[in-house]
Amino acid sequence: MRFVDEFRDADKAHALAAKIAALCEPGREYKLMEVCGGHTHTIYKHGLEDYLPEQITLVHGPGCPVCVIPMGRVDDAMALASHPDVIMTSFGDMMRVPGSNGSFFDAKARGTDIRMVYSPLDSLKIARQNPDKQVVFMAIGFETTAPSTAMTVLRAAGEGLTNFSIFCNHVTIIPAIKAILDSPDLRLDGFIGPGHVSAVIGCRPYDFIARDYGKPVVVAGFEPLDILQSIYMLMLQLSRGESTVENQYTRVVPWDGNAVALRAIGQTMELRPYFEWRGLGFISHSALKVRDEYSGFDAETVFSVPGVRVADPKACQCGEVLKGVLKPWECKVFGTACTPETPIGTCMVSPEGACAAYYNYGRLTRQRVKEASRS
Amino acid sequence: MTAGQVQHTGAGDNAQSAGWVREALREHDEQPGEAGRFPRLGSPQPLPGTVREELVLERIDRARRARPRVKEERITMSHGAGGKATQTLIEAVFLDAFRNPLLEPLEDAARLQVGGARLALTTDSYVVSPLFFPGGDIGDLAVNGTVNDLSMAGAVPLYLTAGFILEEGFPVADLARIAASMQAAARRAGVQVVTGDTKVVEKGKADGCYINTAGVGVIEHNVNLGVAQARPGDVILVSGPIGDHGVTIMLARGELDIEADLSSDTAPLNGLVADLLAATTGVRALRDATRGGVATILNEIAKAAAVGVLASEDDIPVRAEVRGASELLGIDPMYVACEGRLVAVVSPEDADAALAALRAHPQGSQAAIIGAVTAEPPGIVQLKTAFGGTRIVDLLVGDPLPRIC
Repeated sequence: MRFVDEFRDADKAHALAAKIAALCEPGREYKLMEVCGGHTHTIYKHGLEDYLPEQITLVHGPGCPVCVIPMGRVDDAMALASHPDVIMTSFGDMMRVPGSNGSFFDAKARGTDIRMVYSPLDSLKIARQNPDKQVVFMAIGFETTAPSTAMTVLRAAGEGLTNFSIFCNHVTIIPAIKAILDSPDLRLDGFIGPGHVSAVIGCRPYDFIARDYGKPVVVAGFEPLDILQSIYMLMLQLSRGESTVENQYTRVVPWDGNAVALRAIGQTMELRPYFEWRGLGFISHSALKVRDEYSGFDAETVFSVPGVRVADPKACQCGEVLKGVLKPWECKVFGTACTPETPIGTCMVSPEGACAAYYNYGRLTRQRVKEASRS
Repeated sequence: MTAGQVQHTGAGDNAQSAGWVREALREHDEQPGEAGRFPRLGSPQPLPGTVREELVLERIDRARRARPRVKEERITMSHGAGGKATQTLIEAVFLDAFRNPLLEPLEDAARLQVGGARLALTTDSYVVSPLFFPGGDIGDLAVNGTVNDLSMAGAVPLYLTAGFILEEGFPVADLARIAASMQAAARRAGVQVVTGDTKVVEKGKADGCYINTAGVGVIEHNVNLGVAQARPGDVILVSGPIGDHGVTIMLARGELDIEADLSSDTAPLNGLVADLLAATTGVRALRDATRGGVATILNEIAKAAAVGVLASEDDIPVRAEVRGASELLGIDPMYVACEGRLVAVVSPEDADAALAALRAHPQGSQAAIIGAVTAEPPGIVQLKTAFGGTRIVDLLVGDPLPRIC
């Protein structure tokens, strides 16, 4: 298949792997963070770590949209959804995220009207078909999905819809990366930069990582060869003692981002003073809310939202996993109390969550994989 | 606070922390053999990483072998998706209630000895939406599904029953169309529908038309097929491209605005199975890859026979349209349902004969060897990816949900 197979070519992967291995300085350990959950998913789904020398460790970052949603926001969404006049719409990934009283799937089984949509625009269709109901879209995601939410609000405004609003949980990636860089318990050598976020915001916002923190950044695509090539580009910078921002994903990411998408976000949304991230706590200016001019489409204005704060379960170490301090299997409850079918933490819910990716695809040490391939 | 500053909140199990979390953790603490072995996992300790990882993996293996228990208070859609939740529900509720030696293997059909005859008996219910889709409808699906479940036991399907649950207001013309399609499918498979039942429920209490079929067949060959028979070295075959039915249905729902030239693979497999069993005595197990797809079958083999399975992504036949739609939707064709494809476990010396027999039949022209049974690691399915890496293929959790980015 075009645009897919050429980025999964095993021969090219072998060649790149050899070049990466040649760049490893003896005795030096390399920790590279893939910021985006989509990258984590690709790495595990294609078994990419098999190509890396043991000196290189991939650390999974916070860029997984549902992973960073705190339990309190799930409970708030559930409170909105349980309103008898409300039809809640949500992306599929969100359906299994646990709040303190179960997930959207559980609420749906109890009779709450929650519907899965593939695009926020589908919510408008539902709103038009149900004029006597209020349709609330559970908006989540980074700068990747924020433009489509923004376009939906603009279209709803254009149509004069009065029974549609969004429960806005959009977050921004830069403050989270900064929080990780400032975190004392982690030493990283470089970043595999988010691809689809960068398609919107461009590559410039990462300049501070290279300039102020001296870490190389390579914005990467989502096919396994994209990631392998990005690792090679990072290793090349490290071997030369450089730190710059590079763009591997040029077929999708313009250096300056997408002005139309950014305008749509800017027109409908503004930064919140602070927002709670699952496991990471409150981070300043790290999330978006609906602008006052569009408050009729803001579920937090249209309805009264309880705004509860629910502490993460003590045993759950999603925060440490999201920051890359812990490998998924190092969490105390990984794979026993917390599994994909009964997740405690969000990292175990989304296919992009590091814990789910590791549990579903990578639950073997490299050693065991080698043994099994021989048998 | 300045931008980027993190204010750590006191994360503690306070009064607001959910009851189900405490419950899960209590079970976790009760895992046998834990005390002293994992004093402070998650905190720094002197064991080298790989050893610690091994210990964690062992602990997970133990947790997975624990007695299945349904933790949800209510049935969710996951319980019907054919993945892990379905399996847990069957084992924890139905197997627990009905336990007997005939049921216990949890094969597609039960094998019975009645008088001098060996019979296979099976039942299946059909709730597909939409009722009519490219390549078939709920009627031929209901016949083919039961014919195939009997065929997988090595039986020649003979007689079917048909039960209908109809919603008030359902068009009679649609019902007649479904019945005609059932009759055509039955004729093609050489079976007869010999008894039935009809119920009508109030509008809104069902979705148009649900069908249950049961079937009985006779096992003529001297075979004892079952996934527990798989042995290291055995070869695994699939009879054709996978995922056609599931992707066709997803697209036919019209919610995705994707169009592809695809139709369901619904078909009776009894002819194909008859040719296969006549050509070789080395067949150990047959399964039709319906809900949960080929990945689920491979996991059933690994679990039932306590063996490993190593499949090769490059060798698994998938139509370009199915691959394309799956890539767009973020789903894996390995988990997508087929309704006319079988997976066969065959002894290594009979693999070529089995492949030739499948390919000689029109329904098996694209049959392929997709993997092999290994001794290690027991219970785990691994996939050699087309990219050249290795990963696990686990049972699916929940619906095959699209990823959002």
